[in-house]
Amino acid sequence: MNVLEILRTAIFALRGNWMRSALTSLGVIIGIAAVIVMVSVGQGTQAEIDKMVSGLGSQRLDISAGSGRGPGGGARMSAGSFFTLTEDDVEAIRSDVQNVQYVAGALRGNTQVVFAENNASTSWQGVQPEFFDINNWELVQGDGFDAQDYSSAGKVVILGDTVRRTLFGDDSGIGQTIRLGRVPFTVAGTLKPKGQGGFGQDQDDVVMVPLETGRRRLLGSMGLPPGTVMQIALTVTDAKDLDFVQGEVEALLRQRHKIQPGEEDDFNVRNISQIVATRTATTNLMSKLLGAVAGICLIIGGIGIMNIMLVSVTERIREIGLRMAVGAGPRDVRRQFLAEAMLISLIGGVIGIAIGIGGALLVGKFSELPVELNAKVVGLAAAFAIATGLFFGYYPARKASLLDPIEALRQQ
Amino acid sequence: MSPAAGGAATAAVPVILTRALGKVYSAGSEAEVVALKGVDVRIMPGEFVAIMGPSGSGKSTLMNLVGCLDTPTSGQYLCDGVDVATLDAEELAVLRRDKIGFVFQGFNLLPRMSALENVAMPMGYANIRRAERLRRASEAMAAVGLQKREGHLPSELSGGQQQRVAIARALINRPPLLLADEPTGALDSKTGEEILALFQRLRDEGHTVVLITHDADVAAHCDRVLVMKDGELHEGTFQEGLHPQQGVRA
Repeated sequence: MNVLEILRTAIFALRGNWMRSALTSLGVIIGIAAVIVMVSVGQGTQAEIDKMVSGLGSQRLDISAGSGRGPGGGARMSAGSFFTLTEDDVEAIRSDVQNVQYVAGALRGNTQVVFAENNASTSWQGVQPEFFDINNWELVQGDGFDAQDYSSAGKVVILGDTVRRTLFGDDSGIGQTIRLGRVPFTVAGTLKPKGQGGFGQDQDDVVMVPLETGRRRLLGSMGLPPGTVMQIALTVTDAKDLDFVQGEVEALLRQRHKIQPGEEDDFNVRNISQIVATRTATTNLMSKLLGAVAGICLIIGGIGIMNIMLVSVTERIREIGLRMAVGAGPRDVRRQFLAEAMLISLIGGVIGIAIGIGGALLVGKFSELPVELNAKVVGLAAAFAIATGLFFGYYPARKASLLDPIEALRQQ
Repeated sequence: MSPAAGGAATAAVPVILTRALGKVYSAGSEAEVVALKGVDVRIMPGEFVAIMGPSGSGKSTLMNLVGCLDTPTSGQYLCDGVDVATLDAEELAVLRRDKIGFVFQGFNLLPRMSALENVAMPMGYANIRRAERLRRASEAMAAVGLQKREGHLPSELSGGQQQRVAIARALINRPPLLLADEPTGALDSKTGEEILALFQRLRDEGHTVVLITHDADVAAHCDRVLVMKDGELHEGTFQEGLHPQQGVRA
């Protein structure tokens, strides 16, 4: 029997029981649709992480004050011990550690920004010059801060795009005077938008001031010790040197902070790539779980096919016997039932792919989950559909082909 | 013994030739059943033969062997010159397709297919193109007098018509042997007569027909009668008082 003939016979057989065939393929439809949606979400999440990695850079170290447990890590950390990093530490890293490209200390806090009747609550960062390079901030307008602004705590501010829009709409606002809290500042520049960050926050909802300005004019009441910074960020010239630089920086700071061997650090060096690695591992786990759920759906669909095919073989035992008597060999019978199973799963696969694509698009549109749909996912789903039909159709088909025609004809 | 068939024996290959054919079920176990004991039979092309016997006599076993649905445990069977003992399941299927046309008591038509599709069905396994299949099926339908019923489903046909469709199906691959198992068993006597007349006509057209029956009236339509009893096959008329004597038609 040629392929066309097998197909024709299979379609004929399925049409005869179309309701049953449709219900059976429903299992595959759900399974395949689930595979597509789940894998799309998994891939989307992974793509987002990749974007985050490239945004943050794997050449970067972040040093924050406090113990290794991190802020809020336990009672051991007192308020005083939180501010252990200084501008001198920054300079020491710059001069003593090799392979450091940029290094900058920073302070931050929250403030109200006001221009005319517009106001917004945002966060400010008090920064040193190289901070902009480390974080890939670019000015779109204005001249930014000059040396005088840094050294004399000039009341100048650079606006993130979100803040600029809130205050000035479509205008740049350069040269305008705005208030941060109660202090008037002159707008010295606006930043190129970065969009949503890797953790979903709005990176453009920020204003920048010189470090000294932030300490004197905005932190005021907190009474930080002179020269203190809350965090130090640095980049290395070559990502390969990151671990080496991290070790050097830790050693240097322990020495400078007079921490004895065995004592805990009063600072915390975070390697962005470590965070990313953790996050990637989490995502991978999620992807695997989603994949497992989808796979289980598909297995259940496949079992449905197998179940119905077994029923079908039993029901049509006389037909099988007759076909064998008039010249169908075991191979013909096996192919016929396999074709029916494949057809169920293929039709289910096609519909499932359509629903899966639609579902993935809906998820991407109406939920927070990132979705990445591509031909690979669809191809994978199609392959799964075919494999399901083959795998779960084989046993019933083989069972049919091994029937004894005499016994089969005798069945009523 | 038909004189006509006897005359053809010198030139032609026997359609059925068995030598000491034996079949034992569950050999070696306590449930061992000797169904067939050394059956020798020779059926030549163009013969119309009845194999008779009560149930349990081994005639079904013989039919399964002759029909290549089963293989013997001893002896030899040449089906149209082909020794079946050496064939595997696939090869047996090919042999059945090319050499044997089956007609069953219960017709065994596929219920959802039209009569024409039913007749054409066996040719699908012979890789004959669909257009050609349907054309030949149509011819076969005409040959059994059902050219106007091609599009009907089996359920729309009478028993006699269904059996004619089944006979057309059996003829479709032009097999050298028509094997009919109680072909009139499910029909009333008048329709049965019509079917038997059809077989006689097919014999006249040169087909070889072997008919398995327990009914002496049916066997009486055949040219030659073989009687099965306790796994042995006896040539000729109705010995041992099994059945009322009937003349064997020449």
